[in-house]
Amino acid sequence: MPTLKQFTLPDAGEGLTEAEIVSWKVKAGDVVAVNDVLVEIETAKSLVELPSPFAGVVAELHVPEGATVDVGTPIVSVDVDPSGAAQQAGSGGSGEGGTDEAGSGAVLVGYGTRTPAARRRRVVRPPHQRTAVPAEPVAVQPDPSAPAQAGPAQAEPAPEPAGEAAGTGVVPERVLAKPPVRKLARDLGVDLAQVRATGPGGTVTREDVLTLANGNGNGNGNGTAPAAAAAPATERARRERERHVPIRGVRRATARAMVESAFSAPHVTVFATVDVTRTMKLVRRLKEDPNFAGVRISPLLIVAKALLVAVRRNPEVNATWDDEAQVIVVKDYVNLGIAAATPRGLLVPNVKDADAMGMRELAEALGELTRTAREGRTSPADTADGTITITNVGVFGIDTGTPILNPGEAAILALGRIAQQPAVHKGKVKPRWLTTLGLSFDHRMVDGELGSRFLADIAAVLEDPARALTWN
Amino acid sequence: MPGGDPEGMVQLLTPAGERVEHPDYDVALEPEELLGLYRDLVLVRRVDTEANALQRQGELGLWAGLLGQEAAQVGSGRALRPQDHAFPTYREHGVAWCRGVDPLGILEIFRGTSHGGWDPVAHRLHPYTLVIAAQLLPAVGCAMGVQRDGAVGTGDPGRDTAVIGYLGDGATSQGEASEALQWAAVFNAPVVIFCQNNQWAISEPVSVQARVPLHRRADGVGVPGVLVDGNDVLACLAVTRAALDRARSGGGPTFVEAYTYRMGAHTTSDDPTRYRSAAEVDVWRAKDPIDRFRRYLESEGLLDEDFTTALEAEAEQLAEHLRAGVRELPEPAPLAMFDHAYAEPHEQVEEEREEFAAYLASFDAAPSGGDPHQQPATVAGRTR
Repeated sequence: MPTLKQFTLPDAGEGLTEAEIVSWKVKAGDVVAVNDVLVEIETAKSLVELPSPFAGVVAELHVPEGATVDVGTPIVSVDVDPSGAAQQAGSGGSGEGGTDEAGSGAVLVGYGTRTPAARRRRVVRPPHQRTAVPAEPVAVQPDPSAPAQAGPAQAEPAPEPAGEAAGTGVVPERVLAKPPVRKLARDLGVDLAQVRATGPGGTVTREDVLTLANGNGNGNGNGTAPAAAAAPATERARRERERHVPIRGVRRATARAMVESAFSAPHVTVFATVDVTRTMKLVRRLKEDPNFAGVRISPLLIVAKALLVAVRRNPEVNATWDDEAQVIVVKDYVNLGIAAATPRGLLVPNVKDADAMGMRELAEALGELTRTAREGRTSPADTADGTITITNVGVFGIDTGTPILNPGEAAILALGRIAQQPAVHKGKVKPRWLTTLGLSFDHRMVDGELGSRFLADIAAVLEDPARALTWN
Repeated sequence: MPGGDPEGMVQLLTPAGERVEHPDYDVALEPEELLGLYRDLVLVRRVDTEANALQRQGELGLWAGLLGQEAAQVGSGRALRPQDHAFPTYREHGVAWCRGVDPLGILEIFRGTSHGGWDPVAHRLHPYTLVIAAQLLPAVGCAMGVQRDGAVGTGDPGRDTAVIGYLGDGATSQGEASEALQWAAVFNAPVVIFCQNNQWAISEPVSVQARVPLHRRADGVGVPGVLVDGNDVLACLAVTRAALDRARSGGGPTFVEAYTYRMGAHTTSDDPTRYRSAAEVDVWRAKDPIDRFRRYLESEGLLDEDFTTALEAEAEQLAEHLRAGVRELPEPAPLAMFDHAYAEPHEQVEEEREEFAAYLASFDAAPSGGDPHQQPATVAGRTR
C-alpha cells in the first residue's frame, strides 16, 4: 500500500523559525533516494539544500517556490511504498488522517514536528481552526495523495458563517496575521476578521487583505455585496493569464540596490563618442602576441585598463560617500566591478586590486570573473567591496545608456556598441570604429568638471592607447 | 596567503601522494596499518556527510563538520595508546572514532538528547566541550594527575600515560589556551596540546588572530612547538607519536600545530561563502587528505578493488546505522536535566525540580478553550 511520508521544514540554523523555498530540485513523480537533494531553501543565515530522509516517489510538493514557510510546515510528501495498492479513498477524509503523521511524527521528523504537533499547547483549538496547512495554489486539484487539509481549505467557496463562533459559544480566536499585515489592514480600514486567510498556518496574508480591500474579496463577513460575490470568477480568469513571480533572491537584492542608489545619489550622466579604431588594432595585436596566449582579449579589457589609468589621474571618482560619518572615503585601490548578466540575474562581481595588475593579469582576472559569473558560482565575497563599475551594454547592440550607480560607488561607465561608422579621419570621411561611452557619477562627490575630465581621459586612451604612456 | 604552505612544516606525503623523507620524523607501518588508517579516514568522512544530511532533515539541532580535517584527527587519534586521555573540542569526531566511540553517541549531543554520548572513563575521551578552549585546563590538570600517580617515565609502555588536549586556531586567542600552556610548561606535564589550525575561526581568518605562526606561541613559555601538515595523516601520526612518547617518558609538553583547512561551514548554521572565496577553497581541495593518501596507497599497490568495495559497503552500513539509530534515540524526560547538576542531592536544585514538575503538570490539567497565550499560574505568580 502506498505509504506517504511528509518532510517538514527543519530548522537549518539554530533557532530559525522560517525559511523561503528557493527552488525545488524534484517534482511529483520523481524517484528519490535517501539524501538526494529535494529543495533549496534560504534562511536568515544561508542558502541551504535539504536532502531527502526518505527513498521513494515524490507524491506532492506542498509549498511553491518563493513562499516563506514556518519551520515544521510539511513541504513535500514522498510515497515510500509506491508499488503498493491504491490508497483507500477514505484516508483523505479526516482532518489529520491523510498521512501517517499522527502515527509516527516523532520518527519522521525528529524535533521538527514538535511545534506543529501542538503537544504542549495548553489550549485545544476548535476543530475548524486546526486546518493549519498552507492553502497554496499547488493543492487546488483534488489529488488523493494530497494532505487532506489542503483540499477543503482551498476548494470551499463558502466562508464560515460569521455567527458560528457566537452560536456554538466558542470564544472567537484571534486572527493570525503578521504585524505589517495588521498595519496594512488598519491603514486600509479592513477588519481582519472579515478577511479570508490563505496563508500558511491559517494566517492572513498581505494579498488577502488587498483582495478584500479591492472589493474582490470573498470575505468571511455576511455583508458581502452581490457584485463582490461574483468577482472571484473574473478575478480567477484574469489571474490565469498572468504570471505572479515572487520577488526574491537576486531580483530582490537588485531592486533594493537600485532604489537605494537612484534615490540617494543624485546621478549625472555624461557621454563621449570615441573613435576606437586604434584600440581595435591593439586588441588584434594582443590576440596574436604570444605573451597573451591563452587569455581572452576583448575591447572590454582595454576599456578596463583605460578606466584604471584615468582613475589614477582622477582618484576622487573612486570614492564612497559615508553619510553617517560625514566623510568622503577616497580609495587608493580599485576593485573594478563588471556588471554581469548571470543565470541568477544581474550581479556585479569585482576584480580586487585591479589597479595593481598588469594587462595579462587583468585579462586573466576578467576571464575568471566572467566564467564564474556565467556558471552561476559568483560568491558574495566576489561582489563585495567594489569601488567603481563598468557595464558593457554594447554586447546587446546598444549605443550607450545612463547606468545607475552600484550602491556606495561614485562612478559607473557604460560601454556602448562598437561599430564601424563613417567618420572624419585626417580630413577624409572613412569607415572608423566608433563607440559611445556613458558615465554616471554621484554629483554629491563628483562635480561636472571632474566627471567630464575622467570620461575624457578614458576616451583619450581609447582613441590612442599610446597616450597613456605620456601621462604620469 | 592562506593557500600556501608555511615554512618548516613536517610533511611525509605530498598532496600528489608522494612519500617524502623528513630528517626528524618518520613512520614505518605495515600494509594492514596503512589500510586501517585509510578506512578510518573514509568512514569518518562518511559519518560527517551523514550527520550533515541528518541536520538538514531536522534530526539534529546542529552539526560541526570535520570535512578536510580527517587526517589531523585520525593521525593524532591513532597515535594514542589505550591508557592515554584525550580532551576534545566539539569537532573531534575522528578522534572519537579512534577512541572506539560509536558515532551515534556523538549525534546524541547534537540532537540534544544527551550531554555526553559516551563513557569518558571507558573510552578515555572527555565529553565534547563547546565552550572554546575550556577543555585545555582540565587536560593539563589531568596530565598533572597522571604525573602525580607516577604513571610517567617508568619505562613500562603499558603504564606510562600521556594526555592530549585539542583546540582550534581561534581558541588560541582565549585566555585558557595560554594558561594551559603555561601550566603545562612549568609543571612539565605529560600533555600534548594539539591545535588544528583550520584557518578560520567561524568567519575570522587566523591571519587577524595571530602575529606569529601559532606553533611559535609555545616558544614564549618554553614548550617546543611543531608545525605539521594537518592534511597528511602519516605526518600527523609521526609527529603526535613522538610528542606523546616524549610526554610519557617525562620529557614534558609539546605544542603541535596541524596546518589544515575546514572545507565546510563552521557548523550547519554558518554560510562560509559570505566571508571566503571559492578560489581559496579550491586551493585546499587540491590538498585533500583522503585523495593524497589514496594516491599513495595506489602507487604502493596496496588498494585493491575488493578492499575499496568492502569499505564503501561498510561506509554505507555505518550511515544507515546513524540514520536509523538517530531516530530511535530516547528522549530524556524533562526532569532529567536536574539529575547531573550536582553529584549529590542539592536543596536548591531539588526545589527547582519540583517547581518545574508542577509547571509541566499544569499543561495536562488545563481545560480546552481560553487564551493560549496565558501563562500557567505557577510561573505568572512566582515571586522571588
